[in-house]
Amino acid sequence: MLPTLEELQILGLSLKVAVWSVLVSLPFAVAAAYSLARTNFPGKTLFDAAVHLPLVLPPVVVGYFLLLLFGRRGPVGVLLEEWFGVVVMFKWTGAALAAGVMGFPLMVRAVRLSFEAIDRRLEAAASTLGAGRFAVFATVTLPLALPGIFTGMLLSFARGLGEFGATITFVSNIPGETRTLPLAIYTYTQVPGGDEPALRLSLLAVALSLAALFVSEVMVRRATRRIMGDDADGRH
Amino acid sequence: MTLTVDIERRLGSFRLKTAFSAGEGVTVLFGRSGAGKTSVINAIAGILRPDSGCIVVNGSVLFDSTRGIDVPTPRRRVGYVFQEARLFPHLSVRGNLRYARLFSRAHEAPGHFDHVVELLGLAQLLDRRPGNLSGGEKQRVAIGRALLSEPRLLLLDEPLASLDTHRRSEILQYIELLRDEVKIPILYVSHAVEEVVRLADTVVLMSAGEAVATGAAEEIMGRSDLRGASRPFEGGAVIDARVVAQDLEHDLATLAFDGGTLTVPNVDALIGEPVRVRVRARDVSIALERPQRVSIQNILGGRIIEIGPERGGIVDVSIAVGSTTLRSRVTLRAARQLELAAGTAVYALVKAVSLTRAGPGPA
Repeated sequence: MLPTLEELQILGLSLKVAVWSVLVSLPFAVAAAYSLARTNFPGKTLFDAAVHLPLVLPPVVVGYFLLLLFGRRGPVGVLLEEWFGVVVMFKWTGAALAAGVMGFPLMVRAVRLSFEAIDRRLEAAASTLGAGRFAVFATVTLPLALPGIFTGMLLSFARGLGEFGATITFVSNIPGETRTLPLAIYTYTQVPGGDEPALRLSLLAVALSLAALFVSEVMVRRATRRIMGDDADGRH
Repeated sequence: MTLTVDIERRLGSFRLKTAFSAGEGVTVLFGRSGAGKTSVINAIAGILRPDSGCIVVNGSVLFDSTRGIDVPTPRRRVGYVFQEARLFPHLSVRGNLRYARLFSRAHEAPGHFDHVVELLGLAQLLDRRPGNLSGGEKQRVAIGRALLSEPRLLLLDEPLASLDTHRRSEILQYIELLRDEVKIPILYVSHAVEEVVRLADTVVLMSAGEAVATGAAEEIMGRSDLRGASRPFEGGAVIDARVVAQDLEHDLATLAFDGGTLTVPNVDALIGEPVRVRVRARDVSIALERPQRVSIQNILGGRIIEIGPERGGIVDVSIAVGSTTLRSRVTLRAARQLELAAGTAVYALVKAVSLTRAGPGPA
């Protein structure tokens, strides 16, 4: 039972949306996590709450807000179109945006935890060796946070693959453009005789999720070994 | 090279108010835990910001509150060896040693890296990860890493504190090598007398946030009036001497110092080599006449300079032997029976001498 061309297209679109959502939100998530873990500024609590909103809001609400902000007449949507000629409404980029926003709090939480776990005395040691603030971040803080960053990327990726409510509200359900795996499965369940294709796509989703878990596990283990020394595995 | 520190800083109820200068060689910041030693070197490294004062190394101002100068840590060029190595766990030993090269624009002298690696015996460790090193190895790598940042001053904060006795003496040897081979002034924080006596050229004695005395190691460690501040140190004398003869059959060496000679067993040094020995006050007895037929090998003639205050029935007697001052701890009753007083000619009977280091470094 090989996947059909249509199924492969759905799969490809879902991967594209999820991968882009992770890559684009990554730098913002790292910046947000760093500022939450290491700095104090007025309104920090509010910022923290705002970062976590997508986690607690109904996804449809998030999608609706995105619609208000990024729609043709939304304040951000207007600017994007005027300055860059970019329209995200009803485009796969919009689906990626929705997935990125929904996965953002998960990514920030994982990265923040790993920043907080870093021994700050190592950073002080680096600065006595001539490293300025940015250099300390790039050569000590970031490498030591890698396992947490990989974990955050996986969580956000998985969230993006499964994203449904915000996506369908924001960019609708357009075949070949915004119809990702969950949307396709939902569509099939709404038509007569769609049971079999829905099941096939669901199995595909299971395989994809397992593969993602596996890849991330390998990456986290590698990064941890790099940090803890070669025999880290043997010590467990 | 000179280091001048004159800083003040309030930390809660603790007040750090320290002023001292140090020159060539090894300067030991000595005092009990909580005396403010680490705060001082943190201020020199720029990790702790003093409320006021100034820090000057070799003419360049690192901190001056009146002129608003506060050079940031990365540009201070001080090598800092922390108590707990603080190696970067994600880098190999080589990566740790090379770390400072990422940020220095100066040209590394050819062979410098190899020299440091050889000096500290790191060749076998280069490709290993800090997680797999022993405590002593970690500390050696940390010292090498600090050295390779081409510092103008090396700060060591109790680098032996987390090591067992065996590792301690190993690292001490490396630090001695450093002192003799690398011409960088070293500021060494310690609360262990053995380390002071073995390494120090200058001692800065710290107590309750203040530098209460600064001077040559021999002078500071011998002063009985400072005993309160330096309590871990039992009164005694530190003597710089030179090996003049060896008796291989009995495994004895004769050491000459300004004031006489001492015969000492188990000296691992060649004739002509400088050594430093410590004679504890409790190992010195006093006789008015030169005793005959006695097992004690070292009997030195001298004159009493002063008799310290009585403490629990015990007094410390300072005896001038040549230009060296020995200390003897006797009971008050013995001092009275012998009618000891300043100026009395006596013989100091030295029961034990401990060799503290071979080669006292730059004189």
